[in-house]
This record gives sequence, C-alpha cells and structure tokens, in this order.
Amino acid sequence: MANLATDFLGIKSPNPFWLASAPPTDKEYNVRRAFDAGWGGVVWKTLGLDPAIVNVNGPRYGAVWGPDRRLMGMNNIELITDRPLETNLEEIKAVKRDYPDRAMIVSLMVPCEEEPWAWILKRVEETGADGVELNFGCPHGMSERGMGSAVGQVPEYIEMVTRWCKANTRMPVIVKLTPNVTDIRKPAAAALAGGADAVSLINTVNSITSVDLDLFAPEPTIDGKGAHGGYCGPAVKPIALNMVAEIARTPELSRLPISGIGGITTWRDAAEFLALGAGNVQVCTAAMTYGFKIVQEMISGLSQYLDEKQIALPELVGRAVPNVVDWNALNLNYVTKARIDQDKCIKCGRCYAACEDTSHQAISMSPDRKFEVIDAECVACNLCVNVCPVEDCITMERMAAGEVDPRTGEVVREEYANWTTHPNNPAAAKAAE
Amino acid sequence: MKPNALAEGIRPGRMEPEALAEGFCDIHPPLTPHEAAVAADRCYFCHDAPCIAACPTEIDIPLFIRQIATGTPEAAAKTIFEQNILGGMCARVCPTETLCEEACVREVAEQDPVEIGRLQRYATDTLMEAGVHPFERAAPTGKRVAVVGAGPAGLACAHRLAMKGHEVVIYDAREKPGGLNEYGIAAYKTVDGFAEREVEWLMQIGGIRLEQGRALGRDVTLGELRQDFDAVFLGMGLGAVNALGLEGEDRSGIDDAVDFIAELRQAEDLARLPVGRDVVVIGGGMTAVDAAVQAKLLGALNVTMVYRRSRARMNASRKEQDHAARRGVKIVTNAVPVAVHGNGAVREVEFEFVEDDLTPTGERFRLPADQVFKAIGQRLEGEGLPEIDRGKIAVTGAGRTSVEGVWAGGDCAAGGDDLTVTAVAQGRDAAEDIHAALGR
Repeated sequence: MANLATDFLGIKSPNPFWLASAPPTDKEYNVRRAFDAGWGGVVWKTLGLDPAIVNVNGPRYGAVWGPDRRLMGMNNIELITDRPLETNLEEIKAVKRDYPDRAMIVSLMVPCEEEPWAWILKRVEETGADGVELNFGCPHGMSERGMGSAVGQVPEYIEMVTRWCKANTRMPVIVKLTPNVTDIRKPAAAALAGGADAVSLINTVNSITSVDLDLFAPEPTIDGKGAHGGYCGPAVKPIALNMVAEIARTPELSRLPISGIGGITTWRDAAEFLALGAGNVQVCTAAMTYGFKIVQEMISGLSQYLDEKQIALPELVGRAVPNVVDWNALNLNYVTKARIDQDKCIKCGRCYAACEDTSHQAISMSPDRKFEVIDAECVACNLCVNVCPVEDCITMERMAAGEVDPRTGEVVREEYANWTTHPNNPAAAKAAE
Repeated sequence: MKPNALAEGIRPGRMEPEALAEGFCDIHPPLTPHEAAVAADRCYFCHDAPCIAACPTEIDIPLFIRQIATGTPEAAAKTIFEQNILGGMCARVCPTETLCEEACVREVAEQDPVEIGRLQRYATDTLMEAGVHPFERAAPTGKRVAVVGAGPAGLACAHRLAMKGHEVVIYDAREKPGGLNEYGIAAYKTVDGFAEREVEWLMQIGGIRLEQGRALGRDVTLGELRQDFDAVFLGMGLGAVNALGLEGEDRSGIDDAVDFIAELRQAEDLARLPVGRDVVVIGGGMTAVDAAVQAKLLGALNVTMVYRRSRARMNASRKEQDHAARRGVKIVTNAVPVAVHGNGAVREVEFEFVEDDLTPTGERFRLPADQVFKAIGQRLEGEGLPEIDRGKIAVTGAGRTSVEGVWAGGDCAAGGDDLTVTAVAQGRDAAEDIHAALGR
C-alpha cells in the first residue's frame, strides 16, 4: 500500500487529509474523534480575542441539493469560535499532547494591528501546535469588522499582517486566501512577499443559496431576514481547482506550497488538487455531510490509485500543472468527433435534445430511437457526453492525421498548431520559415 | 385456524377478519412525499420519451414527474388529467410493467424503471384529495350526446364532451357507475371506494346526467337514442361470458369469474362472502388472476389457475402471474378442461394437457373442485347494434361505427386491448371526433 505520509512545511502527518478550520474542528471532543477516525491533521477552528464572538441563534447553514437530496453546496453564516480563548488553547494543548503524530494547525483572526497578532501567536506557541493559518477569508460577519476577507481582499494588508506574524513566531505560517477576488495570484503574491510559508485556498465564496418564496427572504432566514454567507461543498470545487492551478502555474508563485481546499469529497477530488499542485488538502463539508469516517475511503482510494499508477505521493503533487495552459496554447489540429456506443445507449435521447435544441444539430434520431452522430456537423463540443446519463456511452474519438474532417472538408494535420499562428488571428505571429 | 378453514363446499368465514383486512389492503400503498421525491429524482426527462409512446393515453410522463420533483404535484395531476381523466384509476390498475414502465429507459439501463404508476397516483391523489377539479366547462353548445355505459370509455367520453360544452346523458345498466372500475377489478387494487369517489369527482365538470339501471336493448334502444340526441357513444363493454362448452357446465359451483369479482367488490363484509375450499379458475387473463388471488385471500385452501396455452401467451403479465404465485395460487399451463364431474354440485374438473397449438396429448388429470370460475373471455351481447367485426362493434378512425352519428369505444369496440387505459383513450378520442362533427 502506498505511503501517504506527508511533510508539509516540515509538519508531518500520516496522510495528506486535514480537516479545515470550521465547525468540525471547533473543540477537543470533535478533534479527538477525527484523529481516531484517521484524519492526518486539523486546522483548529479560528481563534480570536476575548470576549468571544456570538453566533446567531437561528439557522447558520443553507444548502443546494442535487438529485436524491445529495448536498451539492452549503453556505454558512457562522463566525469564528464562540468559545473563550483559554478553553480552546487548553484543549489544543491536550489534544496535541495525545496525538503527537498528527498535524495541529491553529487558525487565527485578530484585528489588523501587530500587537494582538504578536500576543496571540505566543499563546498558540505554548500549546505545542505545529503551525498557524491566518484566516483572511471569511466573507461574512468578521469582514464587516475589518477582519477575514476584508484583509484578504487587499494584498497590501495580507503582506503586512503576514510579515508581522513571521516576525513574531517560529511556527510556519499558512495564509488562507479568499476566493472573493478578481485575480487570486495577487493575494498569493502578497502572502509570499510577506514571508508566508504556504497558502491555503479557497475559503468560502460569497453566496445566497436560496430564497424562501413564502417569506421572500434569503435562506438561512433569521426572523425574516437573511445575510450572505460563505459557499462551500462539491459545487465550489471547480472554482477552487482553478485558483490552485493559477497559483501553481505562475512561475513567481510556483515555490509557494499550497494546501488545497474546496469541495473535496472523495479521494479522487483530493488527488485532483494534489495533481494541480497542492501539497496536501483540507476537507470540511464532506465531513459535515457524512461524518469523519469518509477519511477511510480517501485513504484507501488514494493508496490504491498511487499503487496502480506506481508513483509516490510527492510525484503526484503538481503532476498536472505543466498541462494547465492558456486557451491560445491549445492544439487546433486536435480534431475529435463524438461516438455513441450503441450497446451502452439506453435511448433516453438527452444527447439529441441537447444537440438539436442548443448546439449543432449533429445527432440524428431514427424512428426506432437510434441516436447517431453526424460527423459533418459535430464540432466536438462534448455537450452530449456531459448530458448522457450512462458513463462512457458517448466518447470523443480523435481523428487520425490524414483523414478529412467532414465538417470542414479539411485534412486533419499531424503537427501541433494553435491560435497564435492561425490565419484568422489578426495578431498571428508569422510561422517560422 | 378458523373452524371453516378446512371444510369442504362453498362457505363463508374461512379467514380471520385480521387476515382478510391484511389480504385486501392496498396492494401498492401510496408514496409518501419523501418517497415520491426520491422516485421522481430518477426520471431522466427523456427526449420524446418512450414512456409517453407506450401510454395509450399519451400522458406527458417526464413533464408530470418533473412537476412532482419540483414540488408541484397539483400541476403534475393536471398534466395527467388533460390526457386521461381517469388517471387516478389507471395509476392503480394499469399493467405499467407492460406499458410505460416497460418502455422506461431505466428498465433498459438497470432493469429498474421509474415508478411511473405510483408517481401518477401520488399526483392524482394529491389533487383529488384536495377536492379540486382542474377543468371548467365551456359555454353550452346546445348539443346533446347520449353515452351508453358509465365505464372508463363512457366516462372519459362524457367528461370530454361536457368540457366542450355539450350536454351529456349516460345510460348505464348497473346500479352504480364506474363499469369495470367499480365491478370488475380486484378489490386490493382500488381500495376505499376509490372508483365511486372518482366518478363523483369527475362529475364536478357539470353537464353530465347519470341514468343508472338503464340498459341498452332492455330500457332504451339505439334507435330512440339516435332520435333524441345529436350523437351517441356506445361504451357498454361486454355483457356476456364465454362458455366452456362442456357437459355438466350448469352444475352448481361453476360460476363466472366476473360475477365473483363484482360480488366481492360490492360485499359489505368479506367474512360473510362464501368461497370454495378447492377452487379452480379457468383462464389466463387479468380476470382469472383477480379471481384466483381473491379466492385465495378469502381463505380457499387450494386455488389452481389453469390456462390452455403456455405462460408466455397469458394475457396476464408476468408481474401479475408472479403476484398470483406469491399469493399461493398454483398455475397450470397447456391444459384444457374436458369434463366436469360431480353429482349436482361440481366435485372435480378433468383436464387434458395440450401442445402449444392446442393439439391434445392424451395425458389427463383431475383437480378436486367445489368451486370453478370461468374466466375465458367475454363477448358482446345485444341486437340492433352497428356492424360487427369479429364479435365486436366495427370502428374506423376515432371510434366511428357503421351508423351515422354513432361512435363506439372501450371493450365493446373492435381493435382495443381490453385495458382501462385504452378505453379511456378511445372514449376521449371519440369525444373529440364527436365534438368536431357537431361543430360542422
């Protein structure tokens, strides 16, 4: 079985699966159970200064469901820990003492002044924790008090606070980034400039999950009103993957270790984050949905995958990064056509409806419901693949060089050629002689 | 065990009341809202869906399931009723396993179709229980149409005509309306007087008058109807039962399965309904299954269904056959009755095994029987009817008969498949055709 032991910033954990700073890591009881279940580490739910903040006393979470009421997305209006600082520090110390092989990171959020940051870092050091994570991400509640994403949206603040922290602790400093920005590379660069040891991302996305159509109020609804919250869960994974990749493939940022967060639910999700450059991953919503036991599937699945690929975990990290390119680097001579496997087809006709109504009229339907691709119309958009309910029933097959694409009438060419040299591009660079 | 459980002869009280109640309860209990949500989730919303094509009334099934999935079962019910005003009954009695659910792509994909029938019931029950009738009658046209038979075909025809603003009078031979819905279907398929409630609900459209106890040929003639009305729809079903053609067929204990089912459906107290100890049902259709299973549920010790051809040729679907077998009915195939034995009352029926093409094999056997139900089909009776084609009223197009101004549909018309849902489709389509004809 593959070795999943991970060294992230010198912090060792038996596997790359950490629980993110959130309700699951709010107290000793939960974290002990999480470690017993097999989690490699935790980021303890964000600590702040006393007096502790208060949470709403109505619902804190809203949800978006998929088929069979599967939780696809969740948002929350919960704030940082609402328990006294001393209580949290004592519990962190006790748990770390009993689980020395697990990673114990403490998330922090205090006002934007050096003195409170310096003070609380010393207190955390006394617990024996392995590192800290700076919460510059929470998009609700704390941001209105000048903390959380209010810091994370201003690169200068990120750099300033990170520098304070590095100056005041020997512990590794991870900066947690908010996705509620235009370009994730700017806050990442600021963290790097401030001396951050790593970034973790993404925090939650600003959101209203739904509207109560009787009360005419956003959900979760508190006495007839609702506030925007932070969106997480499977629905945000694509956003998170892109942001991780953006940082990983930017040369100036590529040496910045990344802890990947955002909708990770299965070993497969985790492996995707790792392949895009994350050195480990953090999980929250999946645990909140299914309980701590899911980590067992993540461990067995990732191990099996690594064994089958015959690669070690560090070799997976960043393996897909070189293949993340800008659109204009894509090979325009790569020509594919959709193929429908008639043995697998259950004749639902969804590919036909999608293509006929909304795409290129490239699928034919016979009176006995045989669906076939019309190569002369198929632009290989992949919509039919995406809407087909049967896995691998419709696939995209590459045309061999030398064949004629019946749609364009042109011979498929062997060589790579992208937009930068395409004759339709007014700015095309002249092909080298 | 009840003292009567093992006694020979046709007698009541073979089962404890609790066992009777359990046996005759709803065979497919209604879906709860949660179950309906889960079941509706499974629909793929197919393009030009095969289930629609497989439904004789062409209900837009993907649409109504999506309406259930999005929390509007009332809208789903309207989608159903627009095509099939007896969608509530059809949800209960349709052999969905050979219609919509057989065509469901998830039957192809994983041998587990979307539960279309039960979802249809969920939607229709929701609206009907709210007492809502979702249609309004058009302004009166002044035209009058006579409908013969208050079964599925007649009711569907009458409702559609009334909706169009015509005035409808239904003549029905029985005491209560509903036809086979009321008299001819196993009790556990339509519990709690649903057939009766459905007719009351349907009548809310207005413009329909029911004349019960008025039989065509006995109390009223086709000639009179043609004279008194602008159009006539014949949907009186099949009145007579086919005979076995055996000597001794008139012995006591030999009954028509349809009469047994009708009596059972109207019984106030099933504990007082007599049934034999050794029951033999002859036939292989839905009526045979309904009679056999209900005889068993009433407490018959041995119930044997005997069919002259193979299981594959039975009109009862495989699901119905399995249901009968699960209830303890023994199914014998490729055997025809050749003699009835007994002294006054039937004691035994003698059968001979036959090949698939009915060639006798010479192999014979006897089954003890104190009660025999004949379920080998029904036939049309009556005189002065329009032209007949192979025993039924010949029709062209949407139920037009050989007689000007007279339409026919349901079991009495040629070309159908003797299903409730087909009768509804024919009644509805004839109504549309009558409406078009009256407008000219």
